[in-house]
Amino acid sequence: MLSRIAESLFWIGRYVERADDTARILDVHTQRLVEDPWIDERRACANLLALMGSPVPDDEADTERVLATLAFDRTSPSSIVGALSSARENARGAREVLSAEIWESLNVTHNALPQQRTMARRYGPHSLFRFVRERSAMVFGLADSTMSRDESWLFLILGRSLERVDMTARIISTRVLAGDAAPSWTLVLRSTGAYEPYLRTYRGVVDSSRAAEFLLLDRLFPRSVFAALEQAEACLAELERSPVRDAARIGVAGEAHRIVGRARTMLEFMATPELLGQLPARLEELQRTCSLASAAVTNRFFTEQAPQVWVPEGVA
Amino acid sequence: MADLFDGYPLGEQWDEMFGEAGGPRPPYTGLHTSLQPMAGEELSARADLLSQTYRDAGVTFAHAGEEQPFPLDIVPRVIGAEEWSLIERGVAQRVHALEAFLADVYGAGQVFADGVVPRGVVTTSAHFHRQAHGLVPPNGVRVHVSGIDLVRDEAGDFRVLEDNLRSPSGVSYVITNRAAMSQVLPELFADHRIQPVADYPSRLLAALKASAPPNVADPTVVVLTPGVYNSAYFEHALLARQMGVELVEGRDLVCAGNQVSMRTTDGQRRVDVIYRRIDDEFLDPVHFRPDSVIGCAGLLNAARAGRVTIANAVGNGVADDKLLYTWVPDLVRYYLAEEPLLANADTYRLDERDTVEWVLESLDELVLKPVDGSGGKGIVIGPRADEKTLAELAVKVRARPRDWIAQKPIGLSTCPTLIGGRIAPRHVDLRPFAINDGEQVWVLPGGLTRVALPEGELVVNSSQGGGSKDTWVLSPPRPAADLEPESPDLTRIEFTTADLADEPPSPDPGPANDNALAQSQQQQQSKDPAPLSPRGLGPSLWAGPAAGGDGRVRRGGQPC
Repeated sequence: MLSRIAESLFWIGRYVERADDTARILDVHTQRLVEDPWIDERRACANLLALMGSPVPDDEADTERVLATLAFDRTSPSSIVGALSSARENARGAREVLSAEIWESLNVTHNALPQQRTMARRYGPHSLFRFVRERSAMVFGLADSTMSRDESWLFLILGRSLERVDMTARIISTRVLAGDAAPSWTLVLRSTGAYEPYLRTYRGVVDSSRAAEFLLLDRLFPRSVFAALEQAEACLAELERSPVRDAARIGVAGEAHRIVGRARTMLEFMATPELLGQLPARLEELQRTCSLASAAVTNRFFTEQAPQVWVPEGVA
Repeated sequence: MADLFDGYPLGEQWDEMFGEAGGPRPPYTGLHTSLQPMAGEELSARADLLSQTYRDAGVTFAHAGEEQPFPLDIVPRVIGAEEWSLIERGVAQRVHALEAFLADVYGAGQVFADGVVPRGVVTTSAHFHRQAHGLVPPNGVRVHVSGIDLVRDEAGDFRVLEDNLRSPSGVSYVITNRAAMSQVLPELFADHRIQPVADYPSRLLAALKASAPPNVADPTVVVLTPGVYNSAYFEHALLARQMGVELVEGRDLVCAGNQVSMRTTDGQRRVDVIYRRIDDEFLDPVHFRPDSVIGCAGLLNAARAGRVTIANAVGNGVADDKLLYTWVPDLVRYYLAEEPLLANADTYRLDERDTVEWVLESLDELVLKPVDGSGGKGIVIGPRADEKTLAELAVKVRARPRDWIAQKPIGLSTCPTLIGGRIAPRHVDLRPFAINDGEQVWVLPGGLTRVALPEGELVVNSSQGGGSKDTWVLSPPRPAADLEPESPDLTRIEFTTADLADEPPSPDPGPANDNALAQSQQQQQSKDPAPLSPRGLGPSLWAGPAAGGDGRVRRGGQPC
């Protein structure tokens, strides 16, 4: 498969997952602002913006700003609208390998964004978040049912998994780092869609260490950091599978695989109290893992030289 | 009930649907009968559905830098079987002649020696590339894909307006138009026998594979696109997808030691045939524009070394030059010793003083076309131009007569088109697409009908705001003798006495894999009782134990 196409697929996976997760986070955030009578809106918004990588001074942060930056900013790929547009742009360049249905669903999503935006202005943003969640589910659902499990699928899922690790780590950080303006664990669980699975798993009260444990370590819940890392690792193992050579006898073949594997084993084999004891450091490490792994994947699979310019020899 | 075609004005031009008597022409009778009782609103509603389909599927055309849905009119254009047969033969004839001409231009040059075409016409063409001289493609084909633009004049005859031998675009819309129309107006399709267009990609792939360098067992074909910002990107992607080949950009290709490869996740992979949709000038920075970043350096040398085939070949532009166009009928006679089946439009070359003077005097009655222009750019339609335009034109023509040809305006035929909820006549042309695989020239039945949507407008080009129509070529009625399928239909089980040998076997039974023998064995097989057809298996196997004997597969349900 062409490197350029592989890269597009990887990023489609990342962007769609990012739009989905951002929509979930913002949905919970806006609800919380409405429902919680004691909340300090500015602090909460500033915290959220800082965690999502676009910090603003405390006195400028408000809901309007959060939505403008994280939902509607067309130019930034970390907003919902921006991410979906980028995903669609990537799909446009990779149209011959994506199934027609996936392309169409991304295209329809992109075409509906202006209208959703107007609706969100008029009736509140919830409808937009719901729309984005549904559309991302549709994209991945179609991928699941119409794509062969070949390289294209592996790159798409690899992108999605790495993005998921990053986003889940960020969501946990909102709770851990924010101090008294922090959302409750219930909200954190809800913004990853993990609330109901958590309740069914632990039957009852939300308790901080158990919630963190669930989001980080649960093997069965697909949005947990551990599960996402494991999936990314499986994709990488499959992508790098090559005939046994001497070089492949020690360790793993690729740098990306090594990075992801190390993060996974850290979670897997570190005792839970120890892990929770230094949670902020671990979360930061996980986010760094994601960007390192992404860079390594780019290096390994998508390396592409800068456009070549042919310079005729000068006649001096 | 309101008649959809009420008040449909007939002009001096040939109308595709209505004859002089006001009734529909024979190919259109079915369509007319189906559409007539429809209300304008209903047709408009379906047209909205049609454009929604296109928006969702992203069938777009980049116009002035913006991606827009490609306008598709809901009223199809119909071509009768006999008319089509003439177009088919005429287009193939033209492609053969131009193919021979190109081989001559980039080879021996016999056509110049024989004084049929002045050498100067070719050497002054901007699309004549000396770099391509002596570059003989593996199966001799240079024009793998061509689009010959036809219009119908006032008398109803098809005439060639121009040839496109470089990278004619629009075929993807032929395919998607058909698919979208059959969703929106399925009942029309049920009433007509329309020749399918969906096998174009497989024909193209076969032709491209046939043109691969020799000694390549399973050639790798790629489509080379300038990128997502190209106006025809949609088409490039569609063709690549439907052929199941990679769609590459220049930066995906690398050429080393005369071998072209593409960069993949598994390292570099050899490429044998490049169906390029990039203009010659940008194709190879070594030979052409050195600042091109969308091409691949070294491509032309690799082609010359016989390691890769470039389709369409480099330098084809010399044969679709608008000046050379005036010689094409002569070329048909010269190379094929046949009379051209499709006439040119009446065209004047500005190569003699007298003609130039005459043209300059009658600019307001002629259509002036720049010879290197494409996409309808720079065309001046004399009868519609204002004084200022004509004066400017006269200066340009006087300065460089080689750059222009003059044509008598053709009253392009009109076709009923849905405009603002009403049916109105609009001018149309037709671009049939032809594929040359080296053995034969195949013409896609239908082609792209482009329609000029503004009233009275004659330029139909999509880059000038034109739309398109689904183009139906009706199948000829099958002759009675032809009713039996040519290949034995194995799904049909028939056994007649004619299959029994009424004579004792002849002494020599022939080779064991003799066709007749195999066939008779298949007949024997099918004669066996209780064939394993699903119906024959009976309810017990298919329905499972709980089927209750009605022979249907029951769908499992959860107990409530």
